[in-house]
Amino acid sequence: MIQHLLWNMEETAAIVLFGIGFTMLLLHKNLIKKIMGMNIMDTATYLFLASKGYITGRGVPIVVDGIQEVSAYINPVPSGLVLTGIVVSVSTTALMLALTIRLYERYHSLDLDEILILAKEEEQT
Amino acid sequence: MSFVQNFPFFSIIIAMFSGIVSSVLDGKKARNVSLIMIAVTTVLSGMTLAFCLGTGESYTFMMGHFPAPWGNEIRAGVLEGLTAMLFCVVMFLAVIGGMDHTAEDVDGKKLNLFYIMIDLMLSSLLALVYTNDLFTAYVFVEINTIAGCGLIMIRQKGRSMSAAIRYMIMSQLGSGLFLIGLSILYDVTGHLLMSPAKESVEALVAAGSYRIPMLVIMAVISVGLAIKSGLYPFHYWIPDTYGYATPTASAVLSGLVSKGYIFLLIKIFYRVLGYDNLVSSQMINVLYIFGVTGMVMGSLHAIHETDTRRMIAYSSVAQIGYIYMGMGLGTSFGMVAAVFHIFTHSATKALLFISAVGLYEVSGDKKDFVSLRGAAYRNPLAGVGFAIGSLSMVGFPMLSGFISKLLFATSALESPRKMLPTLIVLAVSTTLNAIYFLRLVITLYSKPREGDRPLPEQAVRKSSRKLKVAILCFIGLNLVLGTASQPIVQAITDGLAMFK
Repeated sequence: MIQHLLWNMEETAAIVLFGIGFTMLLLHKNLIKKIMGMNIMDTATYLFLASKGYITGRGVPIVVDGIQEVSAYINPVPSGLVLTGIVVSVSTTALMLALTIRLYERYHSLDLDEILILAKEEEQT
Repeated sequence: MSFVQNFPFFSIIIAMFSGIVSSVLDGKKARNVSLIMIAVTTVLSGMTLAFCLGTGESYTFMMGHFPAPWGNEIRAGVLEGLTAMLFCVVMFLAVIGGMDHTAEDVDGKKLNLFYIMIDLMLSSLLALVYTNDLFTAYVFVEINTIAGCGLIMIRQKGRSMSAAIRYMIMSQLGSGLFLIGLSILYDVTGHLLMSPAKESVEALVAAGSYRIPMLVIMAVISVGLAIKSGLYPFHYWIPDTYGYATPTASAVLSGLVSKGYIFLLIKIFYRVLGYDNLVSSQMINVLYIFGVTGMVMGSLHAIHETDTRRMIAYSSVAQIGYIYMGMGLGTSFGMVAAVFHIFTHSATKALLFISAVGLYEVSGDKKDFVSLRGAAYRNPLAGVGFAIGSLSMVGFPMLSGFISKLLFATSALESPRKMLPTLIVLAVSTTLNAIYFLRLVITLYSKPREGDRPLPEQAVRKSSRKLKVAILCFIGLNLVLGTASQPIVQAITDGLAMFK
């Protein structure tokens, strides 16, 4: 069991990181730390994909020296997925940060629980 | 290849481009572009549906120049066409109905941004309906999330900002789980297109290998999309989100966005993971239990609410529970009932949100029970619309809600072990629905008490003609779903059969 985990070290690390990020995003009160958690979670997925696409001893899938054989290169699809995923996560991070700035300007707090209480009070008055 | 086969692709790309074009237009022009675009996509989806009904089979449409299993594909069948058409119709009516309020709630300079979000929302919904590629689905899920967040936060009043951040957090949790599920699935099967992935999954199941990874994939993808669609224990973002957005946004978010994810989940169940595998892995029972709990708990929360918009939002939690309960029954007939309930809920919940706006207009924009007393006399059409929507949710004959409850009950008879709990929970949930919806309807039709102060003149506004037209069309849509249900149910059954 332990040996399997060691053989697939990158994947194990990726899943552990995913768990850390997920928990942070779910449970942390501070909005900035939530966003950090989200980024850790997304990056863990990219680590997982990248490590799955890599085949030991093979090169980057760009044909430069005329070698056309498939066996010379690693799987390029996961790298493409990672790039797409990065674009997506950059835009969601930007959106979340913008929202956080707005909320901070309005409620002068980054604590989500406090913000929710303040918003409720603001509505009642 | 017939020219009609291009239409699914056209409708996605038209929606997306009108969003891009709208970024340089002013608010009114952007609104007109949006309306024309939605009308055009409705026609295109209708023609796709007619084409698929004519040929009696589905087809795949190659995107770019790489054939399967490498390239990207769109797939259209009867169910896809029907769902896309219904989504477009509901979107059109929701935009028309809430148009004046959108112009009021949104800052004039930013009005075009609202319609950009609507355009992007529609294009992502259509892409979720039509796509045959899992990673494309993920990307459009994210576009959908961002557009949804924009729709919530563009009304910068009250609690909409905090609602938006809650929505984003929950959606990101869901997307993260969905993405890791896709990554493991790609890792195990080596495919992202649905059909080749399914072949690999079936080979793996037959060989009995990769049991635990397959279970993890099923669990993670189901839970990820369940969080995003607001299934019961993950529903905390729903009341705030639907309660504080502009009317159009509330109608679109509750009627369409969550349904897009559920449709994607059903598609993944049938076209990738294999429904039989889900049944044998017990995953379906988990969804069933969450769904059944949601049916009761959502209604109980709704009874406690005094703010009517939050009450309608909690009722959505219950209705999402119905859909997952149908999916969890484990029979194909249960799935038909679930898909029919997707249609019912889209049409009815949008009707409720839009007609509620007509009632708030004549009650000084207040949303609590006391202020709404007698509102149906001040705005008769909105009162009738709200009453019909409520009766449909409760399950009154002639309306679409009745047909979906009938379908749920009859499909429950087919699965012996789940029959009794399903029937009991259906009965309990219907009673609870009746308690909170009819209480509101009765309040709407009660004469003001003697001690009450009469409303000031300016608190009673006249509804615009657009709102009335939208309410009438939504009532018509409900009646059509309720009375002409036979061909629709037949089309859903055929469409689900084409998924295999």
